[in-house]
Amino acid sequence: MKILIIGGGMGGTILANNLARRLTNEMKSGKARITMLSASDKHMYQPGLLYLALGRITPDELYRDQASLLEAGINFHVDPVTDFMLDNNQVKTKSGKIFDYDILVIATGSRMFPEGIPGMTEGSETFYTEESAVKMLKRLQSFEGGKVVISVGVPHKCPMAPLEITFMLHDYFKDRGMSDKVQLHYTYPIGRVHSLENVAKWAAPEMDKLGITYETFFNTKEVDVENKILRSEEGFEVKYDLLINIPAHKGMEVLEKNGLGANGWIPTNRTKLNMEGRTNVFVCGDTTNIPISKAGSTAHFEADTLGENIAAMVKMGIPVREYDGKVFCFIEAGKDRATYAMFNYLTPPDPKAPTKAVHWFKMAYNKLYWVSARGLL
Amino acid sequence: MAERKIVDGRGSFCPGPLMELIVALKSSQIGDELEVLSTDKGSVNDIPEWLNKVGHAYISTTEAEGVWHIALRKSK
Repeated sequence: MKILIIGGGMGGTILANNLARRLTNEMKSGKARITMLSASDKHMYQPGLLYLALGRITPDELYRDQASLLEAGINFHVDPVTDFMLDNNQVKTKSGKIFDYDILVIATGSRMFPEGIPGMTEGSETFYTEESAVKMLKRLQSFEGGKVVISVGVPHKCPMAPLEITFMLHDYFKDRGMSDKVQLHYTYPIGRVHSLENVAKWAAPEMDKLGITYETFFNTKEVDVENKILRSEEGFEVKYDLLINIPAHKGMEVLEKNGLGANGWIPTNRTKLNMEGRTNVFVCGDTTNIPISKAGSTAHFEADTLGENIAAMVKMGIPVREYDGKVFCFIEAGKDRATYAMFNYLTPPDPKAPTKAVHWFKMAYNKLYWVSARGLL
Repeated sequence: MAERKIVDGRGSFCPGPLMELIVALKSSQIGDELEVLSTDKGSVNDIPEWLNKVGHAYISTTEAEGVWHIALRKSK
């Protein structure tokens, strides 16, 4: 059975390794073959970008060679897919090669899309790529004070990032002795400071305590770069001296071009994780249109489910479990304290008060990630 | 009447049905009708309140088997 995984991010990598261990004997006997196609020979730990933007880590700490993360026996090619011929169980790559499959997994991730809001790219700083995070750090270092506004695009990657960058910026400026020169102002698209009600109930008083102001029901419509004004769909305006953007995201363009899903999000069964209408095509991570967080942990838990199911399909012809919507997110609440939110389709999260212990666990996880990507944690 | 576009926010705590609706509206045309499915009772108040603030037309809310169906029209 030929298993083809498109995408070498967190979901694709964890899945490939999970399958390689479950199917060791089948791979040796030639009954199963795992191939991964990726656009890059490097693997980035994307949650590290938050720390890069604040000078807490350096770019080299974000990367490993993708091949070094994969179990022996996985066929890895840096050759992105250009055409999906799903009716023929084939894909075509940039180099012109055709790959056949029996089971296809699409885990191509997402890309930021700030250009959807006029003025946003020119007028704001962000940290969703290495380049933008380093640029933001330089801007922060030269910032001498004023109103710092956080704008949140929809949909965005990492649901906790808006809160984390806000709280971490608070401590960043405090450590630089600039608390009296900086006003942090947080905006959010819906009627509370976070989409998770229990997280909002924790975060709003935390902001009050730290003197961070906030404005809800604020969907950024445009940025007036010349006058440094943020305008919302709801008809409100906020002046800023420094604008930090949590950019809206889209799925990958190649998926849109191949007609697999509007805006690059593939319609996906929320428990079986198959592409709607296809029994041998599965979707993992940001790429799905499932209405849950676009987060690394989502990709991780989906990959765990798919690993069990695809291995069972090879061995027995049937999948064995369903994805329950599990998501786990750390929430940095400053430079040295954190909490977390864990939830699924049926159970909302109930975050506790931030502690130093959870922060240090997160810092440890930033290193342990490389074990996680290998499918061992 | 054109068919209503379904925004399936069932089981979504994060980003949640309203956020799903905001995303769906970005790729809709003025005059399009949408119907949000939500298992979160908070949507019954949150969504009409937001529609009113932004200026889209709220049509109706109905409930069937624990799922709220909130209909609206994109107006701007």
